[in-house]
Amino acid sequence: MERRTIFPGTWFPILLVLPQLALTAVFFLWPAGQAIWSSTTRADPFGENSFFVGLENFSDLFGDPLYIDSITRTLVFCAAVAMLSMSVALLLAVCADREIRGRGWYRVMLIWPYAVAPAMAAVLWILLMHPQVGLVGAWLNHIGIAWDYKLNDDQAMGMVIVASAWKQVSYNFIFFLAGLQSIPKAVIEAARMDGAKGWLRFRTVVLPLLMPTVFFLIVVNLVYAAFDTFGTIQALTQGGPGKATETLVVKVYRDGVVNLDIGASSAESVVLMIGVIVLTAMQFRFLGKRGEK
Amino acid sequence: MATLVLDDIRKSFGKTAVLHGVDLSLHSGEMLVIVGASGCGKSTLLRLVAGLEEPTSGRILIDDADVTNRDPSQRDIAMVFQNYALYPHMSVFDNMAYGLRIRKLSDAEIRRRVDEAAGLLELSHLLDRKPAQLSGGQRQRVAMGRAIVREPKLFLFDEPLSNLDATLRVTMRAEIRRLQRRMGVTSLYVTHDQVEAMTLGDRLLVLHKGVPVQLATPMEVFHRPANTYVAGFIGAPAMNLLAGKLVQGGRAVALEIGETIPFADGPRAGADGMALTIGIRPEHLRLADDGFALPVDLVEPLGSETVVIGKLESGTLLTIKLAHAHVTERVLRVRIPPEHLHVFDAASGLRLEPGT
Repeated sequence: MERRTIFPGTWFPILLVLPQLALTAVFFLWPAGQAIWSSTTRADPFGENSFFVGLENFSDLFGDPLYIDSITRTLVFCAAVAMLSMSVALLLAVCADREIRGRGWYRVMLIWPYAVAPAMAAVLWILLMHPQVGLVGAWLNHIGIAWDYKLNDDQAMGMVIVASAWKQVSYNFIFFLAGLQSIPKAVIEAARMDGAKGWLRFRTVVLPLLMPTVFFLIVVNLVYAAFDTFGTIQALTQGGPGKATETLVVKVYRDGVVNLDIGASSAESVVLMIGVIVLTAMQFRFLGKRGEK
Repeated sequence: MATLVLDDIRKSFGKTAVLHGVDLSLHSGEMLVIVGASGCGKSTLLRLVAGLEEPTSGRILIDDADVTNRDPSQRDIAMVFQNYALYPHMSVFDNMAYGLRIRKLSDAEIRRRVDEAAGLLELSHLLDRKPAQLSGGQRQRVAMGRAIVREPKLFLFDEPLSNLDATLRVTMRAEIRRLQRRMGVTSLYVTHDQVEAMTLGDRLLVLHKGVPVQLATPMEVFHRPANTYVAGFIGAPAMNLLAGKLVQGGRAVALEIGETIPFADGPRAGADGMALTIGIRPEHLRLADDGFALPVDLVEPLGSETVVIGKLESGTLLTIKLAHAHVTERVLRVRIPPEHLHVFDAASGLRLEPGT
């Protein structure tokens, strides 16, 4: 029952899609092309001279142990953020799916963090976790737990993971809630009649029916954790202490914008771009397969 | 095999009262059909028995044990849902086995029961399929199978045939009846379809706006409807209901359409002039040369019979079912045979029996 409108002629349809194509060209294709081009060049810090070096930037990159470290760190970070934010969101969605008093209010509260800008969220977290002035941070030190994310690598990593996951919980929550509500009530009731209760029912009936949503969110969360967390990390730790929270995007920024090594930075961003393309292709393929049924 | 007793069951959703006190008692092995128009509370009643809803007041007893506050899992009831409610991610086998696995039956026993039910329902070749790969009728049978393998104390059917096409519905109706008879499981069957109600039930409970209006065998309900609602609801085409007044000291009725008809089965109690509603089934109206004139409004030939809807000068519609196929007359002459009258009190709608 698809509704389609066919516009006659050749030029009119082109005219209609032109604004979108123009936006894509200016804000995506052109910078992407620039990045690919400059990833094959080496330039002096002032950008006056640049010369073609082929794939040398890439081979340097993968020969650099610091870069490999950053990849590992990013994988750990992405996995942790995706798992944490999805499990918390799922738990909250299951709670919100029930008939409870003040359900609307509860849902609105849960969706709010999504509207908070990354830098703002980071400031909130600093006010909470700062070892000297933060509400929680100062209290931890007060009761004898040595908390200082500015010195301790693991604590810094933990904090950026929690802060990044927290921001994504809202998004995941909305999708999980929608997913839960699209499960026919009668199927759940049939499971109840069959004697399945609580966790058993969730595991054998609800979760399998929620799997499309789960797969979709895994991809979205990995992409989020890999790219959209730059603001949060930059505002919280700037990738530090040392390189403890320097994920790939942060490294792109540091190498290119701070250290002015445009060639290496571009090569890194091209690698990231390939990563996104692969993830998106996986998602399309998966969703496409579901659609055929 | 179990008995089911409902004791003054009431249910309200917020301020809306849905069931106003239902008392019911099912014998072991009996199939009772709850029938009524949409919104009469019949599905709610079924869900209360299932344990999917809690009654506002009243008690539910299965085999004399009070199960009112028990979880569905503790009641040993199987239910067939209107839209089948199969587990979409499980094969036909797993759909049927699910409830048994939860009850921790041995694999061999599960296999035995599922194979037996599948054989009974002609599903044996479909056990590996997913519900999405089945037709409507097959899904319906899987839903039945899921209930059968449980060997429960009670079957509940929530309009199980309403999503099937007409032919399949007739086949499945017979199948359900046969299975229920064969297994002898006490069953509660909810439907809005009066043909299903008449053919499936050992007894019928007619619900109207949350009030039980008649509990009797299908034939009893058909021949002696307890009030005007039941009279109009059971039977197709619906019974003609005509306004009239009690006359001749309770021996006859003067209909508003101008006929006066004596009661064949004896006088009714009540003062002359009391307002009555007279019911007469379309198939009981007779053509007669000395009858009153009925201008034909609409003719519906059904093949073996013809339904004619006539419109009297007063605007009253009168339906008549005739055995012969061709109606060409513009005006029929119709007689109301006294022996087929149903007499109701117009004020309360209740049936009036002779001599009371």
